[in-house]
Amino acid sequence: MNQHSTTGQSALSLITVDHVSKSFPMSEGKGTFTVLQDIHLTVRSGEVVALLGRSGSGKSTLLRIMAGLILPTEGLVLSRGKPLQGSNTEVAMVFQSFALLPWLTVQENVELGLEAQGIPREDRRKQALKAIDLVGLDGFENAYPKELSGGMKQRVGFARAFVLEPKVLFMDEPFSALDVLTSENLRGEIDDLWNAGTFPSQSIVIVTHNIEEAVFLADRVVILGNNPGVIRGEVIVNLPRPHDRSSDRFKLLVDYIYNVMTNPTAQVTGEVTDTVQKITLTKIPPTTALDSPKNPYTQALPHVRVGGISGLLELIVDQPEGKDDLPRLAEKIQLEVDDLLPLLDAAVLLGLAEVQQGDVNLTAIGRDFATTTILRSKDIFRQQVLERVPLLISIVRTLQEKRNRSMRSDFFLDILDEHYPHEEAARQFSTAVDWGRYAELFEYNASEERLYLPEPMVNE
Amino acid sequence: MQQSNLSNSKLHQKFPFGLADVAVILGTFTLLALIGRIGASTMVRFVPPDVVPSISLDPWQLPYYAGRSTLRMFIALFCSTLFTFIYGYCAAHSRRAERVLIPLLDILQSVPVLGFLSITVTAFIALFPGSLWGLEAASIFAIFTSQAWNMTFSFYQSLRMIPQELDEVIMLYRLSGWARFTKLEIPSAMIALVWNGMMSFGGGWFFVAASEAISVLNQNYTLPGIGSYVAAGVEARNLPALGWALLAIAIVIVSVDQLFWRPLIAWSDKFRLEQSASASAPQSWLYDLLKTSRIPRILGQWFTGLNDRINSFLCWLTPIRVLRSVNASQQALTDRIYNWGLLLCVTGLLIVGLHFILTTVGIAELGTTFLLGLATFGRVLVLLVFSTLVWTPLGVAIGFNPKLAQLLQPVVQFLASFPANFIFPFVTLFLIYTHISIDWGSIFLMSLGSQWYILFNSIAGAMRIPTELREMATATGLKGWKLWQRLIIPGIFSAWVTGGVTASGGAWNASIVSEVVTWGTTTLTASGLGAYVASATATGDWARITLGIGMMSLFVVGANRLFWQRLYLLAENKYHL
Repeated sequence: MNQHSTTGQSALSLITVDHVSKSFPMSEGKGTFTVLQDIHLTVRSGEVVALLGRSGSGKSTLLRIMAGLILPTEGLVLSRGKPLQGSNTEVAMVFQSFALLPWLTVQENVELGLEAQGIPREDRRKQALKAIDLVGLDGFENAYPKELSGGMKQRVGFARAFVLEPKVLFMDEPFSALDVLTSENLRGEIDDLWNAGTFPSQSIVIVTHNIEEAVFLADRVVILGNNPGVIRGEVIVNLPRPHDRSSDRFKLLVDYIYNVMTNPTAQVTGEVTDTVQKITLTKIPPTTALDSPKNPYTQALPHVRVGGISGLLELIVDQPEGKDDLPRLAEKIQLEVDDLLPLLDAAVLLGLAEVQQGDVNLTAIGRDFATTTILRSKDIFRQQVLERVPLLISIVRTLQEKRNRSMRSDFFLDILDEHYPHEEAARQFSTAVDWGRYAELFEYNASEERLYLPEPMVNE
Repeated sequence: MQQSNLSNSKLHQKFPFGLADVAVILGTFTLLALIGRIGASTMVRFVPPDVVPSISLDPWQLPYYAGRSTLRMFIALFCSTLFTFIYGYCAAHSRRAERVLIPLLDILQSVPVLGFLSITVTAFIALFPGSLWGLEAASIFAIFTSQAWNMTFSFYQSLRMIPQELDEVIMLYRLSGWARFTKLEIPSAMIALVWNGMMSFGGGWFFVAASEAISVLNQNYTLPGIGSYVAAGVEARNLPALGWALLAIAIVIVSVDQLFWRPLIAWSDKFRLEQSASASAPQSWLYDLLKTSRIPRILGQWFTGLNDRINSFLCWLTPIRVLRSVNASQQALTDRIYNWGLLLCVTGLLIVGLHFILTTVGIAELGTTFLLGLATFGRVLVLLVFSTLVWTPLGVAIGFNPKLAQLLQPVVQFLASFPANFIFPFVTLFLIYTHISIDWGSIFLMSLGSQWYILFNSIAGAMRIPTELREMATATGLKGWKLWQRLIIPGIFSAWVTGGVTASGGAWNASIVSEVVTWGTTTLTASGLGAYVASATATGDWARITLGIGMMSLFVVGANRLFWQRLYLLAENKYHL
C-alpha cells in the first residue's frame, strides 16, 4: 500500500507549505499577533515528520493550515502540487481529545468520512469493519465511545482516519491524553504498523511536545520556536526502524533536542553526529532586566506557580553536585516538556538555575532557595524578582508612584493587551499576581480588581 | 440508532411478537384514535360574535377538554422546536444576525407574554375568518411565546459550546451542512433542549388556561379546553366543577410527564458530551418498554432506505462549509454601515412608539403607569423576600437529606409546572370571605406559581454543597446563623439567583392575571401595572396596551440588568463551587 521502504530523495512531495504566515487580530484593534511566520515545509511520500515545539509555538495551527481547517494569512499550501481549496482531501487526522461523536457507535464514527463521500451503506460497513479490525477493536463495533477506555477511544480515532486511506495521516498530540502505559502501548503499535509496510497512509505528520516520542516515531523532527512561531531547523533521525531507544544515537538526539529546546537562541544545525558530542550553544544571556532597553511588558513570564519552581529545585538539589540531566529528570517526575520547560525557564529567569547542554545546574542562590526555610525562601524570591523580572518591577514602580499606593488591574491588563492576545494577557497578569503575592510585593483584591502595595512595615 | 441494533434484532427473530410489542401496538393505536377524535372537532363553524362554542360544565366532558388543551400544547411545542432550530441556527452561524437576534431574544424573553394576547388574538381571527382556527392559532401562539425563547437560547448556547475538535472533524471530512446539523449540532444540543423544553412545557399550562377564554376588545372568546372550563366554572360559581378541573389537569400533567418527557429524557441521555458513562442515567419505564419491543426497530429498518435517500438528497442540497478569506479593512467598513443601519432602525422604532403613546394618551399617563409599575414591582419584591424566607430553609433541609430530596424533588417539579391559575378561584373565594384586600392578596396569587422555583433551586443548591464542606462545618462547630453565613448562603447563592430570576419573571407575567380576579360577578381589582394591562386589553385600548406592556418590559429588563445580572456575576466569580 505504501512505498516508504524505498526512501529516496526523489520521493514525491505530498504537501508543500510555502511562505506561510498566520496572525490574529488582537482585541480592540490593537494590531495583530503573529502565530506563525514565514513557514516552509515539505511533506514527502514515505516519511514520518514530527513537528516539535513548546506550547504556543503554533505547531497545531500549522497542522490545521496544512489540513485546510484554517486559512493562512499569507502564503500558500500545495497539496500534491495543487493549491489547497477547502479542507485537504488527501489528509485524515487523529485528534488529541479523540473527537469522537459520543452519540454514534464505534462503527458509525468510523463510517463518518465515508458517509460524507456518499459511499453506499454496505461498502461503508465492510471498509469500516476492516479498519476497526486493523486497530484491534474487533467486537466493539456497536459500543458507544463512553463505554471505552481512553486508549480504545483513540484506536477508534485511528480507525476513522485509516478507513479513508489518506495520502498523509495527521496526528495532533495523539497520545498526550492517555496515561503513560497506554500511550506507550499504542505508540508502539502504530510504529509497528508503519514499519511492517502495511500502514494505510503514505506519510505521517505528528505534532508533539514529547521529545522522545518525536525521535522514536519520526524520520525527521522539525523544531518550531516561539513568539512568533518559526521553524528553527530540523533534525534527521537516521536510525534503523524501529528506533532503538537504548542506542547511543537515540540518546544523543534526545539530548541534543533538549538542549535546543531549552536554548531559544541556539541555532538548530541538525548536525548531530557521534563525533560532535557537545554542541556549542550560545549561552542564554543573563536576563538583565534593569538596564534592558526592551519594554518590560514584552518579556513573557513562564506560566508556573512558585511552588512548582521550588519543588523542582528541591528535586535537583538532592542530586550529586546539584545537577541533573534533563531527559532523565523529565522521565523521573513524569513531566512532559510542556510542563517541565516553563518551570526551568522560570528558574533560569530568576537566576536560580542554569541550563547547559541538556543538564540543569543550580546556582548558589538556587541551592539556598531550595534548602532554606519558607520565610527565607520568600526573601530570596522577592530579591530575585526585583532584580530580574521586568514585569513585576514595573508593576511595583507604578504602585509606588500612586499616592494611594494602589491601582486598578485593568490598567496593567490594558498594557499587556497591547503585546499579547487577550487570553494570554490575562494569563500573564494572573501569573504576575501569583508571583507578586508570593513575594509579598503587592496584594491583589479579586473582588475590587485592584492591586495594593502592602502596608509599610514598622521596622522598615 | 436502528442500524446499530440490526444484529441484535436478528437474534430474537424466533418469536414474532413479545408482550412489549403488544403493549406498544395498543398504545400507539390508542394515541392515534385520541388525536383523531380530538382533532376532528377543531373544524367547528365559528362566526364571531354570534356563534361561539359554549362550554359544558359536565365533568364527563373534562377528558375531551383536557385532550384539546394538551393537543394545543403539543402543537405549540412543535412550533417552538422548529422556531428554535431556525432562529438558533441563524444566530449561531451568522455574526451579523447574531447581533440582532440575541438582544431581541433577550427582550422577548423578559416581555410579559400575556400582555400580547389581545394583539395576537385579533390578528389571528382576522387571518382565519369564519372558523375556530384563528382563536386556536392565537392560543397556540400564546403557548408558543411562553416556550420558544428559553429553548432557542439553550439551542444557541449549545451550538456555541460545541468542542472545536468535533467541528474540525466535520469540516475535515467534508460533511455537508445537513449532515453537520443532524450529526453534530442537534445531538450536542439535545440534552439541554429536552430539559428546557420540559421546563417551558410545564410553564405553558399557565398560558393554556389564560389564553383559551379571554375577553379582548369587549368580546368574549372561548375555545373548548380545560382553561375555558375553569373560566366557565368561575362564572357559574360551580366549586365542584373547579375541583374536577384541578384533578384533570393534575392527571394530564403527570401522564404527559410519564409518557412523553421521561422517555425523552432517558433517550436523550446518550447525547451527553462527556466521554465517560454517567453514574446515574435517567430512567423511564416507557423508554425501557420501547427498547424491549421490536416494532420500533422493524419500522426503522423499513424506513432505512427511504431515510438514506432523503438524507443524501438533503446533503446534496446543503453546501459544505468552506473557509473564506476575509479582507479585514473591508469587513470593518461593512460592519460600520451595518451598525449604523441597526441604530437607525432601533431609534426609528422608538420614535414611532413614543409618538404613538404621546399623541394618544399623553405624557401624564407615562407617570401613572410608572407608579403602577412601582406598585407591582413592590409586590414582586415582597414575594421574593417572603418565598426566600419561607422556602430556602425548607429547601436546604430537604437538600441536605438525600433520601428526602429524591422523594420530594419530582413533587416540587410537579408543583412548579402546575398552572397556578387553576387555584386562583379558590383563593379568590377566600379573599372575598376574609375581606383581605386584593392589593395584598394578589401577592399571594402571584406567588402560587412562582414560589416553587425558589424552593426547587434551594434544594438543588443545597444538594450541590459538597459533603466534605458540611463535615468541616460540623467539625469546626459552625452552628445556627454562623453556619448559614459561612457555608449555606454562599453555597446555594448561585442556585438561588437562578430561582429568583425565574420566580420574578413568572411573577411579572402572573401579575396580569392575578391583579384582577373574578368570582361569578364579583371582580376584585388591585392597583398595579398588571391590572392596568388587563383592563386595557379587555377594552381594546391599543395605546394603553402598548404603554402598559412597554412599561412592564422596561421594569423587567431594568431589574434584570441592574440587579440580577450583577448577582449572576457575583455568583459566577465569588460563590462558584
